[in-house]
Amino acid sequence: MSLVKPAMRGLLGKRLRFHLPIAFALSLVAAAGFKYMVTEPRKQAYAEFYRNYDAAKEFNNMREAGIFESVRPSGE
Amino acid sequence: MLAARALRLVGRRAISTSVCVRGGHGVAKVDDYALPAYFDRRENPLPEIRYVQDLSSEQKSLKEKEKGSWATLSNEEKIALYRISFKQSFAEMNQGSAQWKSVVAGMFFFFGLTGLVVLWQRKFVYGPVPHTFEKEWKEKELQRMLDMRVNPVEGFSSQWDYENKQWKK
Repeated sequence: MSLVKPAMRGLLGKRLRFHLPIAFALSLVAAAGFKYMVTEPRKQAYAEFYRNYDAAKEFNNMREAGIFESVRPSGE
Repeated sequence: MLAARALRLVGRRAISTSVCVRGGHGVAKVDDYALPAYFDRRENPLPEIRYVQDLSSEQKSLKEKEKGSWATLSNEEKIALYRISFKQSFAEMNQGSAQWKSVVAGMFFFFGLTGLVVLWQRKFVYGPVPHTFEKEWKEKELQRMLDMRVNPVEGFSSQWDYENKQWKK
């Protein structure tokens, strides 16, 4: 009956020393992943969209489609 | 004379308690659940009472031997003393069971049953959907959304090719 005496102390410390670095690393990876896979492409998409955006032309297209109530299509 | 003899038989302490019972409210009845109980819990490793309350004669002699030096106890005696005090060891109480399979099976069964109930409801309880769900209405709705340029940067209208009047490939 010579069992090894189990660890009685330092259990939380041991767990933290193991899990905290992993948690920090994974959080940083998640943040970096989100930045470079979501926010950067989104910023690029918006930049592309507005680079050659002609607001007046778009407005006229919308007007002709008849969605506005204040300005009806030019035909009417 | 008779009273004195009666007093000697009953004893002084008993007289006082019997006086209490007669004059006061008596001793409260102790319910079973109020007494200390034994249970095997990982969080509570030392229960309030021993597991085996009524010791047999050999268990009693073992308990007497325990009062001496423990080096004289053999391994079997140590295990016997353990089993007097505890019902299950930590290994026994922590072992898993196959109960989760029944639980998952029950879950799936009730999902299925609920699905059938929902189907029946859809057929026999609910009325017709609003007219805005008709095909023609939905086509007009879609066209209006494209005309309004809903989410033109990354969303809905960004997938429509306005020159060729079709969805982008």
